Amino acid sequence: MSFDTKGAARLALIGLAVASLAACSSRPKPTGPVEPTPPAQPQAPQQPYTPPAPVPDPTPQGPLPGTIQDFVVNVGDRVYFDTDEYSVRADAQPVLAGQAQWLNRYQSVRVRIEGNADERGTREYNLALGARRANAVREFLIGQGVAASRIETISFGKERPLDPGTDENAWAKNRNARTAITDGAR
Amino acid sequence: MTQRKHRLAMPLLAMSLALAGFAATAALPGVAAAQIEIDIDKGAVKPMPVAIPAFAGAQRGADIAQVISGNLERSGLFQPLNVGGVTDKLADVNVQPRFPDWQATGAQALINGQVTVGADGSLRVDFRLWDTFSQQQLLGLQFTSTAENWRRVAHKISDAVYERLTGEKGYFDTRVAFVAESGPKLARVKRLGIMDQDGANPQYITDGSSIVMTPRFSATSQELTYMALRPTGSSIYLLNLQTNRQETVGRFPGMVFAPRFSPDGKKVAFSVEKGGNSDIYVLDLRTRQSTRITTDPAIDTSPSFSPDGTKIVFNSDRGGQAQLYVMNADGSGVRRISYGGGRYTTPVWSPRGDYIAFTKQTGGQFHIGVMKTDGGDERLLTTSYLDEGPTWAPNGRVLMFFREGSAGNPRLWTVDITGRILRPAAYPGAASDPAWSPLLD
Repeated sequence: MSFDTKGAARLALIGLAVASLAACSSRPKPTGPVEPTPPAQPQAPQQPYTPPAPVPDPTPQGPLPGTIQDFVVNVGDRVYFDTDEYSVRADAQPVLAGQAQWLNRYQSVRVRIEGNADERGTREYNLALGARRANAVREFLIGQGVAASRIETISFGKERPLDPGTDENAWAKNRNARTAITDGAR
Repeated sequence: MTQRKHRLAMPLLAMSLALAGFAATAALPGVAAAQIEIDIDKGAVKPMPVAIPAFAGAQRGADIAQVISGNLERSGLFQPLNVGGVTDKLADVNVQPRFPDWQATGAQALINGQVTVGADGSLRVDFRLWDTFSQQQLLGLQFTSTAENWRRVAHKISDAVYERLTGEKGYFDTRVAFVAESGPKLARVKRLGIMDQDGANPQYITDGSSIVMTPRFSATSQELTYMALRPTGSSIYLLNLQTNRQETVGRFPGMVFAPRFSPDGKKVAFSVEKGGNSDIYVLDLRTRQSTRITTDPAIDTSPSFSPDGTKIVFNSDRGGQAQLYVMNADGSGVRRISYGGGRYTTPVWSPRGDYIAFTKQTGGQFHIGVMKTDGGDERLLTTSYLDEGPTWAPNGRVLMFFREGSAGNPRLWTVDITGRILRPAAYPGAASDPAWSPLLD
């Protein structure tokens, strides 16, 4: 809003400058005393800008309910873990509760929980650690009423990082479990 | 599966001590004292200067000398000299070298040889190892092989020289299985590779469509076990390198990983994950029966047999974080052997039985280390952002492992058990998870 106002003022000033240059180039005509023109004032818009009222859109903007996109965007398909840990963190619980709710609504959906580890461990150990993380998520979902038969697990160990970085920021992203929909989504 | 090896596809036809035909050197002084030798346990503070001129003979003479030179140089114990200017051309192995010429180069040892081509195209390679200062012959051997197998002759000669001068078995006539890596870190392609120990003759066995890792040789060198990972699950394969046939260790409800052969090649130990818990199983390859040998709710993985097959070292986080444990091969008698700070993983029992190598994490760094089999005398040999997965050379004195910098390109490296001789292995590409074969035969 304020940016737009300033922009308008700047344009107005430029317009005036052009006008006065034009005035200089033309020959002065002998006339009577002229009233000095008052210095140009930036013109403030008369009314604050009001955006147009939203027009109802016949097709909704977000992903269709029940689709993989709906799950990823509106629920969240990944939760994160602490270093060398596999217990579900407090900040992961609402995400997983949302996943369970969603899965309970779309009963034909089947998922695979993919456990991942950061690169600060050896391959074999991280495969085991990732399996534990995947299983912790599975147990949580089962606890929220999702049928065990709908959930498989796998560990990618440290083989499928999300972030190629080599600092704690990157490692924190790479310690996760992803709930991947394998079947039954719209 | 349990069948004993064939020869390699290109067998060495004969290897014999070439004592016959050696009359020309009989006049050498027979004094055995004060011979040159290398104390390998001291880690060669200064490598021994050696002269390895091109072998005489039209075919492969220079190539063979070059391969020997490369092997000895990479061991860190020898320093091959540039001897192009020496006028003694050593045209006949049965003629004694002009020792003053070789002494002048500074070489303590001289390796010379000649290549003769048989009527059927086969190669006969005679070589001699000399102590240039005592003017003694230390070795004289003859090898016969097919023409295309000349590199293996060079490796055999390297092994003979290494053993004669260090008192330890060589490890040059060996192969290395590994994971060849390509592509960016977020979409890394991993293929199973196998090559000669010096990086020659690399072959790629899998196409990269699944993530492969942790190849390991059987005692016969003719079989590999490795793990393949796909979104749908993991498999442990047993691959016969001669027939190219492979089979899996069978189906399990969860993940299978971390396979390793028993020293007699009759069993495979590996981890099976069920409901998030990883335990160690042993599969008898003859009966196809697998037995679960750990039952702890902690992570139990990376099993490795002792060379006599009676014990298994593995890592477990049952004590809170990953440490090393030794148990009897049936799972009884578990005891912890690592007590230092940090996390210990990937234990590997030395083929000599005296040490266990491992990966250790402390203070944000990774190390390759060794300890005695009771956990004593721990020694960290390397330090970097990521060092992982040691594998023993068959002589139990050198380890290969992989090192990955922050840029992400893993490379193969070697280090000796003193930690003094640390160097890149001869494979030029990105690679991880090396597995050293036993000596070929």
